[in-house]
Amino acid sequence: MKILVCISKTPDTTAKIAFADNNTKFAADGVQWIINPYDEWYALVRAIELKEADPSTVIHLVTVGGADCDPIIRKALALGGDEAIRVNADSHDSFYIALQIADIAKKGSYDLVFTGKETIDYNGSSVGGMVAELLEMPYVSLATKFTLIGSEAEIVREIEGGEETDKVALPLVVSCQKGMAEQRIPNMKGIMGARSKPLNVVEPVAADTLTSIASFDLPPAKASVKLVSPDTPEELVRLLHEEAKVI
Amino acid sequence: MSVLIFLDQSEGQIKKSSLEAASYGAKVAQQLGTSAQAIVLGNITDDLATIGNYGIGKVHTINNDALNNMDAQVYAKLIAEVATSIGAKVIIFSNNFNGKAIAPRLSVRLKAGLVSGAVALPDTTNGFTVKKNVFSGKAFANVTINTDIKIIALNPNSFSITTTDAKAEVLPFATTADASKVQVISTDKVVGEIPLSEAEIVVSGGRGLKGPENWAMVTDLAKLLGAATACSRPVADSDWRPHHEHVGQTGLAIAPNLYFAIGISGAIQHLAGVNRSKVIVVINKDPEAPFFKAADYGIVGDAFEVMPKIIDAVKKLKGV
Repeated sequence: MKILVCISKTPDTTAKIAFADNNTKFAADGVQWIINPYDEWYALVRAIELKEADPSTVIHLVTVGGADCDPIIRKALALGGDEAIRVNADSHDSFYIALQIADIAKKGSYDLVFTGKETIDYNGSSVGGMVAELLEMPYVSLATKFTLIGSEAEIVREIEGGEETDKVALPLVVSCQKGMAEQRIPNMKGIMGARSKPLNVVEPVAADTLTSIASFDLPPAKASVKLVSPDTPEELVRLLHEEAKVI
Repeated sequence: MSVLIFLDQSEGQIKKSSLEAASYGAKVAQQLGTSAQAIVLGNITDDLATIGNYGIGKVHTINNDALNNMDAQVYAKLIAEVATSIGAKVIIFSNNFNGKAIAPRLSVRLKAGLVSGAVALPDTTNGFTVKKNVFSGKAFANVTINTDIKIIALNPNSFSITTTDAKAEVLPFATTADASKVQVISTDKVVGEIPLSEAEIVVSGGRGLKGPENWAMVTDLAKLLGAATACSRPVADSDWRPHHEHVGQTGLAIAPNLYFAIGISGAIQHLAGVNRSKVIVVINKDPEAPFFKAADYGIVGDAFEVMPKIIDAVKKLKGV
């Protein structure tokens, strides 16, 4: 079993969101970078669990980004990836990124490709589906459970107001979210071992960019909260009905 | 040239988020001086002519039992076929669970740039630029699509539905669908409850409620308001409430008209899931709770004392 886990570098969930260069770039100064939580907690940890159940499993990590991604790749290796591939390119276009990942996936002939359900910065939720289409593989998105039964997978995915259980033959692409696995913290042995695991840097293949970010905006500052006295909570109901008109 | 809107269905009925997409698509078509058409896959019990109410002139249907379950691979291929046959230049999805699976595949198939999570009509004055949510609702990006065909996935609850009494022409589209490689074994839906992702009002509880035995104040208010119920991450992690109710950075991101938070402090990770709500109400006894900074209305007070009075006032308002 060979699993490819796609990881992405994102600002920490508590990072201050600001923009530079006339609002065309994310202001990265002083920002703490992490592995995108969906990629780490759900996609990678579930892959590690599959390897624990079957030690012959091989986990490769892939990321598309510059050398500043290396610290988060090392952390993912410390958690349990066997080796990593970094495609040395910087892009915010999902299609460009998906094409790079699909190229790596084709060359490595993986049984499974895992992604997080989206990145917490650009919220595209697109790369997994694009990779699946490029590989002509089935795609199960927003998976909350993944069980391997021989050469088939039983997957629970979220649908409006509930869930659906699917059975799919490998190979396939799965986007992972809460429920798949529990967050882990790398141990000292993992951290030491990660230093000697291969991190292969490859140059990107030629690909088109279908979209580009023209600019960013911050939402207008919120007016301060209108407080109602705890002695007259019925006043809140009146305001919601007559002023906000939402009930 | 035309605008094509994908109408997502569940058990034969068009989803509300798709009707928003239809209204949005009709406006895009108007903007471009062209017609809005729609595609529906699977068996539909709704009267599809009424889709005309949302500004759609023609509805293309592929009525096939095998399409009642969504398989993104099969769906994307069929949508591409219809889009090509009617010369669609803009294709609109709701950015709901199914839209997130299908739109990216279609983007590759048609080599059409995709903007997912759109929150406004495209700006077509100079190119084609769409505003979308980024950084989990903390900012917007204006994304330019550089390809001839464009795909937009519209965030649920970010565009108002407008209706007329016009009727749409319903046209069966003749084609054969591929066999799905995804076998659906079972579906498990919460019956009688409003899906959280589609709810216009959401009542939510946090650790301040002290335990699952105190949830009646959340569920009673929700029932009175026709609202869905939600909770914060610690509540779901302690199994006080089911995991599908968890809203926040790692749970579900929602954008209802009213988010009513009881006993939730409003950590940044929680806000990331709810900050697109139109009106936020916070009930918390801690005046320093960060949630008050994001709220429109609030009461600094003990939920156990305040909530029964609020529920009484809502009962009076609703005449029950």
